[in-house]
Amino acid sequence: MEAEVRPLPKVEYMAPSSLKEACHLLKEYQSKARLLAGGTDLIPKMKKRAITAEIIIDLNRIPGLSGIEIRGDRLHIRGLTRLAEIKESPLVKEKAPALAQAIGLMASPPIRNRATIAGNLCTASPAADTAPPLLVLDALVKMESIRGERIVPLAEFFLGPEKTVKRPDEILTEVIIPVQEGNSAFMKLGRRKAFTLAVVSAAAFARTRKGKFEEVRVALGAVAPIPMRGRKVEEALKGSEVNEQKIVQAAERVREEVSPITDVRASAEYRKDMSYVLTKRILEQVGGRG
Amino acid sequence: MQVQFKLNGRNIAEETEANETLLDFLREKINVTSVKKGCDEGDCGACTILLNGKPVRSCLLLAVQMREGDEVTTVEGLGQPGQLSEIQEAFMEKYGFQCGFCTPGMILTAKALLDENPRPTVEEIKDQFEGNLCRCTGYEQIIESVLRAAELRARRP
Repeated sequence: MEAEVRPLPKVEYMAPSSLKEACHLLKEYQSKARLLAGGTDLIPKMKKRAITAEIIIDLNRIPGLSGIEIRGDRLHIRGLTRLAEIKESPLVKEKAPALAQAIGLMASPPIRNRATIAGNLCTASPAADTAPPLLVLDALVKMESIRGERIVPLAEFFLGPEKTVKRPDEILTEVIIPVQEGNSAFMKLGRRKAFTLAVVSAAAFARTRKGKFEEVRVALGAVAPIPMRGRKVEEALKGSEVNEQKIVQAAERVREEVSPITDVRASAEYRKDMSYVLTKRILEQVGGRG
Repeated sequence: MQVQFKLNGRNIAEETEANETLLDFLREKINVTSVKKGCDEGDCGACTILLNGKPVRSCLLLAVQMREGDEVTTVEGLGQPGQLSEIQEAFMEKYGFQCGFCTPGMILTAKALLDENPRPTVEEIKDQFEGNLCRCTGYEQIIESVLRAAELRARRP
């Protein structure tokens, strides 16, 4: 059963004005503290006592933590960029359309006006809708701490529900997307059309040449403990012709890769079937057919 | 600790606690009770306010997060009895409410939409109102109200 929503417990509030200061506070308090970005996940979870924190470190007063720009052949999205800004960004629509599409199907406009991309990734929900598009775009995430910074592929970032490789003293400050030639798209099956969590979500990226898949990547959400790449599907499809038979055969392989659970939104069996259906459809879409 | 911001054009400087949401702050400390507490977890839209012109959930913000220079708008900032805004007039004309609990959030959401997109389509209205629930289910009348408000605004001299 859903936990009861109660008033927020007593908490200390800190609003550092630089990233360096935030890193120092986080180092000092570690698991006693929680970072506040959009607050659309943290605040309800604190009200339900699903998250306890003695200290809230608000990142919103730090200049330079949000924004979108192209540098060289990479698209950089700063961690505190609001989902609404990413969805509307002409750069994102052009270079990473699957991400803009995914965000358009997330929560509701007032939530998207606050929720951030770093927050969605760090929450590490198996159903985080920004993850599948970023996985097929081979995105990287930058994490910073007083020890310095490191960049890891998003494919290595998630460890399990609400678990990532981000250490307790690190802050996710940037998502980096290599700009590449090709098509990307996102699709989500929910229990209703709007304002809904994914039962299954799928994203794909493809570059075709002379009727063949030169490069193809698939990722799914809400069908495994983490947002996952469909590597077997990709292997089956790479170099093959873009036609319905090949896509169907490759998409079938997703059944071997997913490990869905039964929950309030759907049964494991249904999720497995729908993983196949969405994989097939999204491949048809990025392959330029269907 | 003290928090300062602008509410409907007026300066607010008031004490708050770190665990006080902006919703509770507005209702309990400032007595702005048009902002409703429904689910208190971001789902229902009854607590919608405009923060610097954009619709956000006041139940998901801490009052202490507000800074000098932030502009918060509630329906009190749209119109007063006797001089209602076009959106309020349109909601009355088209019966855009039944029990009225969701109405302040609906009206503010409509304002944010019309300020950016003066002649929205029905589809655009539905998209914008995704996160505002009406338990009386009067959605058709709400859509008609927003369309009517767009007409009234277009006639504005």
